[in-house]
Amino acid sequence: MVSNDSAGHLIILPQLREVLLTVVVVFVFTSLLLIVSGAPPLEAYYHLFLGSLSSWVKFTHVVKVWIPLTLCACGLLFTFRIGLWNIGVEGQVMIGSMFTTWALRAGVDSPDMGPVFIVLSLAASALGGALWAAVAGFLKTKGGVNEIFAGLGLNFVAQGIVLWLIFGPWKQPGVASMSGTETFPTALWLNAPALLRIPPVALALVVAALVATGLMLRYTRIGLDLKAVGRNPSAAFLYGLKPSRLMVLAMLFGGGFAGFAGNLQVTAVYHRLIPAISSNYGYLALLVVMLANFNIWLVAPVAFFFACLNVGSIQLPMMLQLDSSLGGVIQGALVLATLGMHGWRRIKLTQA
Amino acid sequence: MRVELVDIHKHYGGVKANDGVSLTVAPGELHGIIGENGAGKSTLMKILAGFTARTSGSVRVDGKPVDYRTTAAAAGLGVGMLYQDPLDFPQLPVIDNFILGQAGTIFLSRNAFKARFQDLADSFHFCLNPEAPVNSLTVGERQQLELLRLLALGIRLLILDEPTTGISAAQKEVLYSALRRLAAEGKSVLLVSHKLEDVEALCDRVTVLRLGRVTGSMARPFDAEGLLRMMFGTPPHTPTRSAQPAGSAVLVLDRVSSPGGRSGLVDCSVAIHQGEVVGLAGLEGSGQDVFLRVAGGLKPPQAGSVHLAGQSMSEYNYHNLSKLGVFFLPSARLEEGLIPELTITEHVALQDERRAFRVPYQAAAEDAAQRIEKFRIKGCPQTPVEELSGGNQQRLLLSFLPPDPRLLLLENPTRGLDLESVNWVWQHLQSYSRKGTCIVFSSPELDEILMVAGRVLVFFNGRVIMDAAAAATDVQKLGRAIAGKV
Amino acid sequence: MTEFDVSIIIAGVIAGAAPIVLAAIGETITEKAGLINLSLDGSILLAAMASFVVALKADSLLAGFVAGALVGAAVAAAVAVFSIFLRQNQVAVGFVLTLMTRDLAYFLGNPYSRLQGPQTALAPIPGLDQIPFLGPVLFNHPLPVYFSVVLIGICCWYVYQTSPGLKLRAVGENPQAAYARGINPWKVQLLYAVCGGLLVGLSGATFSLCTKPGWGRPQGAEGTGWIALALVIFGGWHPLKAAVGAYLFAFLQLMGIYFQGWLPTVPAQVFQVAPFPLMIFTLLVMSMAQNESVRRWAAQRGRATALLRFLSGMAPAALGRPFRPD
Repeated sequence: MVSNDSAGHLIILPQLREVLLTVVVVFVFTSLLLIVSGAPPLEAYYHLFLGSLSSWVKFTHVVKVWIPLTLCACGLLFTFRIGLWNIGVEGQVMIGSMFTTWALRAGVDSPDMGPVFIVLSLAASALGGALWAAVAGFLKTKGGVNEIFAGLGLNFVAQGIVLWLIFGPWKQPGVASMSGTETFPTALWLNAPALLRIPPVALALVVAALVATGLMLRYTRIGLDLKAVGRNPSAAFLYGLKPSRLMVLAMLFGGGFAGFAGNLQVTAVYHRLIPAISSNYGYLALLVVMLANFNIWLVAPVAFFFACLNVGSIQLPMMLQLDSSLGGVIQGALVLATLGMHGWRRIKLTQA
Repeated sequence: MRVELVDIHKHYGGVKANDGVSLTVAPGELHGIIGENGAGKSTLMKILAGFTARTSGSVRVDGKPVDYRTTAAAAGLGVGMLYQDPLDFPQLPVIDNFILGQAGTIFLSRNAFKARFQDLADSFHFCLNPEAPVNSLTVGERQQLELLRLLALGIRLLILDEPTTGISAAQKEVLYSALRRLAAEGKSVLLVSHKLEDVEALCDRVTVLRLGRVTGSMARPFDAEGLLRMMFGTPPHTPTRSAQPAGSAVLVLDRVSSPGGRSGLVDCSVAIHQGEVVGLAGLEGSGQDVFLRVAGGLKPPQAGSVHLAGQSMSEYNYHNLSKLGVFFLPSARLEEGLIPELTITEHVALQDERRAFRVPYQAAAEDAAQRIEKFRIKGCPQTPVEELSGGNQQRLLLSFLPPDPRLLLLENPTRGLDLESVNWVWQHLQSYSRKGTCIVFSSPELDEILMVAGRVLVFFNGRVIMDAAAAATDVQKLGRAIAGKV
Repeated sequence: MTEFDVSIIIAGVIAGAAPIVLAAIGETITEKAGLINLSLDGSILLAAMASFVVALKADSLLAGFVAGALVGAAVAAAVAVFSIFLRQNQVAVGFVLTLMTRDLAYFLGNPYSRLQGPQTALAPIPGLDQIPFLGPVLFNHPLPVYFSVVLIGICCWYVYQTSPGLKLRAVGENPQAAYARGINPWKVQLLYAVCGGLLVGLSGATFSLCTKPGWGRPQGAEGTGWIALALVIFGGWHPLKAAVGAYLFAFLQLMGIYFQGWLPTVPAQVFQVAPFPLMIFTLLVMSMAQNESVRRWAAQRGRATALLRFLSGMAPAALGRPFRPD
């Protein structure tokens, strides 16, 4: 990465230089924003950092964000590969949570069968997410509706369904509440050892997802087919591929992984269905994949960084009377700056 | 106006498209530029029209050197170009296309422009409806519109790039009389073509380009042999027509109709036999491409039925037909035939019939290396296909054909290829027909069809109006059939 | 229903649709030039926040509207610059910006949440507002609402009846050909991205200073940007049809509130989300209208063809594909 040229000057590889420049630009931009808002920038960064990594408990919070974020991102790698903008991932998470809750509700009265129902809920969530994604997929392949708008519309519909369930059929006994459905009995919680505080099952799931995604996209027929259709659907057809089928397949993967994310939100984090169950992780995962440049190796670290920002920014209202959306601003600014760097690099290449 | 090109050089990276070209066009002259594909004609004209910048050399208008970098600046000096595929606005009406680019006020005084348009059109005997959207016009009509527009801009040197491709014989006559009239008015015309007869019919003077240089110039009367020598050097080696023992019927279309292109395919009944090489001739969009796609299962017939080796194809799609030995090669190689950003190895892997879950990239790379050698493709297994030249892309596509297909459907297989590649392609394809494969191909070049095919089908307005053995017909008869006169 | 009720509904629709009309027409212009601005939802919020804050601080509604317009223009300009000069995917940039501008709006607007600020007042047109029925319906609105209605006519005239409008359409159709005729497609796209952005910004300002006055988290303007994008498609990239769609949507939203009272058994959420499945349905119908087999069926029925032609919009051919000279 770093080497010396003939004159003995240190050359840092252009990519690293670009990354550093991006970070500096975003740092300056965010600091300016903070100054304009009347807050001391360094203190804000300190709280962001502290808020996410200063204690084991806080760290586990970050991991609890990282897990669903990474799962969604894995699914998105499939849909991006075939050239689809799966904006509907947010709704797919919600539907996954919904199916999870439905499965778990069936097991409320059988505490010894807890693990069975949890496994059932995992399957149900993947199925639910995949089906929701398939709706958008079929709207595109059979109905010609752009997946961006189909996904968007379905996101709103999914949110509506979740709200209806929380305030209607699944409402807490007594009065319906914004805090969600009734909390599930601990038998239906994903077990987290006291010290670790994170269910090993969840960690295993994420690692498995990352590995599976990486291997599938690189070495398998599905990965090659998705890539071919993504680059040239009509030519891919002449090679025996069926673009429509593959698009729906990619959406199934996208929705399935998102469904898993939705499941873990219920079984490992909130233990009930709440209105904001998807916590914007779907949309954020799109940013993660863009920043990671669609590279499986970078997805996990980028998602971790974004998770730190998410968790850290919760401190801001308390500590500095700032709105927590600063985290979102930083995330967006990073992706924007990266896009800008890509563009700048291209301009320099064409001028060379 | 007098235009001189002096020692024009144009380099594209390492390629010398124009290597010291000088030529003069006198006022009122009809000047032809001929040469085969890759001679540098289009590049030269793009420089003259302001579309590209020259690397070195100078352009003089009426004796004074000029330096323009945009087409608008060139138009300001009176130089305008009519492209093979006119740059227009398909969804906008004719009159808006006419107005765009002309000086005017903020208010779109359509009536004033319409009057001017009508005057010009009438004086040239062009029949154009100002309100029709341009995408409803034929190629010839779009050319006419563009011609009128350039004239309204005050063009005094008109460059035409392959104007007679894709227009009817009648439209060609109308165009020629318009051009003669322009010359009589003192305007100059530069006609770029690779068709000798067109240039011979119209021009006063001809300049021949070959491989980026001027190889000669001739004034009327023209000596065709001499021009051919200047164009090609030695006479080109032409592949011989294959002998045609007709076998049993392989492909039968029975009263097939299907929409597509401008006229679609209407009530077509044709039988293709084993071992035949059939050329499809006709104006682009007259039904040849629809024919090929229907035969290949890429397009369902709206009416009628298709039979392959006696079996009726009711389960209609390309994937099933390719299992039966039917293969289709599109003319747009990179857009329809190959997948950009995928390497040769990946293309080979895609075609692996076993479709193993785990892709055998190693074996695919070896296979790719073998193909590269056998078909003499200039590239290596890791080369992404968009980096190959047109000729190499065609070789790659042909290498994907199985050894024993039953029927090959080729859409303009030699589009944009240089002579050497064209010959190679036909030699390769003829080895298939000797084994009994049917070959059906479309081509805009009558010479090519007559040289290679044993049978010719001429399409006009969606119907097959002529079905003749190549030995029993010639360019004149085919040309008349294409124009609709049988 | 009494005449009174109907006139209130219509007046409510016209007033409520005003910001949506502004955003839809703004985006129509931008897309007609060939550029997609996906950042609408967030930039409306950012503009709403900016105009509220500026109006509050400067105690001037005009300053607020100007601020909002400029913010909208700035975001749109960013999309244009990234697409044209930095050659990045418009959808990617627009999507990032829609999230980022929303977060920016919430962050910077935090101190001004739930504050009372200046609001536009009704501006009845003297004389005309006395006309029975039409008067209170059409002529008793705040200025931004009048502007939104007048804008429809101005925009239609500009795009279809003037030379600059012809250039706009040309660039969206075929930037290559426009370039060959001496038009600079980049300048045109940037110009109309900014113009569209100004209108989008005005839409946000109209929210926080007129239709749903004030700032908060949420403001109430959330989701409008996405609706506007869908309306552009629904309107076949024609300003009048897009505006019609906006009025239709506002009507449905209003009806949602009414019907909720009538049908208490139907959950409230159905009304809140109803526009979105309707949007999908409309897109589906529009896409079907362009389908080959459907066209063939309709060719035999004259009225059906005319209906199809109305439903199917023709997108500007070069939409989303930035111009690169050869």
